Amino acid sequence: MQKILLGNEAIAQGAIDAGLSGAYGYPGTPSTEIIEYITAGPDAKSGKIKAHWSTNEKVATEEALGMSFAGKRAMVTMKHVGLNVAADAFINMAISGINGGLVVVVADDLSQHSSQNEQDSRFYGKFAMLPILEPSNQQEAYDMMAYAFDLSEKTKLPVLLRSVTRLSHSRANVTVKDKKNQNSLQLLDDTKRFALIPSFAKLQYKGLIEKQKDLEKIAEQSPWNTYQEGEDTSLGIIASGIAINYLLENYPEKVPYDVLKVSHYPLPKEQVRKMFDRVDKILVLEDGYPFIEEMIGDYLGRDQKVIGRLTGAIPRTGELNPNIVAYALGLEEHIDSDIPEIVVGRPPQLCPGCGHIDLYEELNDIIPEIGDNRVFSDIGCYSLGVLEPYDAIDTIIDMGASIPMAKGAADAGLLPAIAVIGDSTFTHSGMTGLLSAVWDNSPITVIISDNSAVAMTGAQPSAAMGRLYDIAKGLGVKKEHIKIIIPLKKYHDKNVEMIKEELDYQGVSLIIAQRPCVTMSNDKKDLARQFNTFEPSY
Amino acid sequence: MKKDIIISGVGGQGILTISAVLDTAALESGFNVKQSEVHGMSQRGGAVQAHVRVSDQPVYSDLIPKAKADLILSVEPMELLRYLPYLSPEGYLVTDINPFKNIANYPDEADLKAQIEQFPHHRIVDARTLAKKAGNFRAANVVMIGAVSDLLPFDEALLKKVIADLFKRKGDRIVQMNLDAFELGKAAVLSQEV
Repeated sequence: MQKILLGNEAIAQGAIDAGLSGAYGYPGTPSTEIIEYITAGPDAKSGKIKAHWSTNEKVATEEALGMSFAGKRAMVTMKHVGLNVAADAFINMAISGINGGLVVVVADDLSQHSSQNEQDSRFYGKFAMLPILEPSNQQEAYDMMAYAFDLSEKTKLPVLLRSVTRLSHSRANVTVKDKKNQNSLQLLDDTKRFALIPSFAKLQYKGLIEKQKDLEKIAEQSPWNTYQEGEDTSLGIIASGIAINYLLENYPEKVPYDVLKVSHYPLPKEQVRKMFDRVDKILVLEDGYPFIEEMIGDYLGRDQKVIGRLTGAIPRTGELNPNIVAYALGLEEHIDSDIPEIVVGRPPQLCPGCGHIDLYEELNDIIPEIGDNRVFSDIGCYSLGVLEPYDAIDTIIDMGASIPMAKGAADAGLLPAIAVIGDSTFTHSGMTGLLSAVWDNSPITVIISDNSAVAMTGAQPSAAMGRLYDIAKGLGVKKEHIKIIIPLKKYHDKNVEMIKEELDYQGVSLIIAQRPCVTMSNDKKDLARQFNTFEPSY
Repeated sequence: MKKDIIISGVGGQGILTISAVLDTAALESGFNVKQSEVHGMSQRGGAVQAHVRVSDQPVYSDLIPKAKADLILSVEPMELLRYLPYLSPEGYLVTDINPFKNIANYPDEADLKAQIEQFPHHRIVDARTLAKKAGNFRAANVVMIGAVSDLLPFDEALLKKVIADLFKRKGDRIVQMNLDAFELGKAAVLSQEV
């Protein structure tokens, strides 16, 4: 049967049809729709598949590993920067290996449409010495999930499936197959390989290294890597993942050159060698960092045989498109485009009526008195407070950085120091930072701008809902310095007073600015209000 | 047959609804389709676009190459011009004329209109007014589908069926309102065909 599926939906449906038992993840553009699709489906609703938004990507990865340990097929999903958070689990489960098939799906955000960087997850896959699959279209994304689970169980290793924004967020016709049965619980006879004390771990690590030859052989014969010879041997092209589409767009009939399509790593060495032998020059087309180019290129740059992002044939940053590829092939003379001058930029902004706006207006009333350069913020919709007309926050680095940075700045003597963090970001990575500050009795004020949702990615449920007060108290923030305010215009003056009061306190104070996200449905807002039972502190 | 269409507007204006109608119509017509869209930060009031590619041949790139779009369909006039580098020399520019002003330096509306009118194939529609006439200004995106229905490679009856199916769960009244919006969009461009 054919369906129109978003790349992320194709990944999700592919996993379901491959006999998936559990899907875990943390929302993040461009990966969010994978878990959302599974959650909305009949198998998750009836409880046959566990689909869960975990508190962060590391937790999600470990939950998936637990399900795999019990013998069932599990998937974990995240955006590229989420893999930084999950890295400890990711690297070490390559050492332990898996039991039931485990696929780690990471969606890289090339061109930084919604991200701090455009890091390329293939480096993590190589770092962990794991097989990497890189689908080139929605059909492959679907088909590769079953292949990935089989490969994972065959090699007893997690498999990394790397998507990119333009695949995750693009729809196409996909032919779907019948659903396989799920694995039953299958316990291991010996669990030592999951217990990574050095004596066991050294053996596992050696085993992983020994497996590399097999992984190379499998990739060499993989149906996803194909070599097509061309008539013109002045050039050969290695195209990974979706880059092949931009090449075919420019040569819809037949590419005149040798083409190696790479969608399964380790890089198929023999096929690369064949291209080196056959052609004069190799153009590497890859959406992301120059990963393949760096591996096969000449380190000292004396030999110009390999060209790509490192040599300037392709721009060093940003996603590929048909025009960039046409330019690299000499089919187009320039890649700039002329947008009429009358068109001005339209950056994203906080929604009208958003509670973050009121909070920032309150803060901006206080900043002139206490001085600039002291508001440390975090990742979420409220990051938009860095833009005009608010210009209310100074730093946005990574999930949870606000509180530790405020503490560090306070340690340096920058007082008062303020952290502004969202509710879900707080439960993702803010709690340990808060505990560190409490432990050291740091004079900082933490404001949790609580909208009871993971708002930026589409208002997914927040694990923080109804729990922030108790978490803060449990972590040791003194009860008299946990304040709840409602960020509404009518409370503006009261809120300003309350924030000022807490700024004066020479220990950790925590203010929960509580108002449900305006984009949520009335049902969801009502639910949030039921959970948030604590009265404002005035 | 091959149609490359860019749909543009501001996050929250219903771009994805228009795209969904075109995708479904393409699937039901037996065509190949690729449709790239924007999720994430830009959906918060930023510039957003979808690339819709429909063909009876394989579609490779998810993105339309520059100067290859047969149609740019916009629900906002300035956002129409943002994608001008994608327009093919024979392509159509079709837009709702009502500006979405959420920025301080929004350009002069008359200047925008004058720029659009320089192009040989353009259609300017007051979709908001027509949508209100149909029952709700939110149906402006469906008015715009009506306004380009003759440029799409689909039967009109199929387009209407897809629209009706899409709104079915919201009840008969909403279905009818959207079908009315479609008809009003269609009628509005009959008089200005170039």
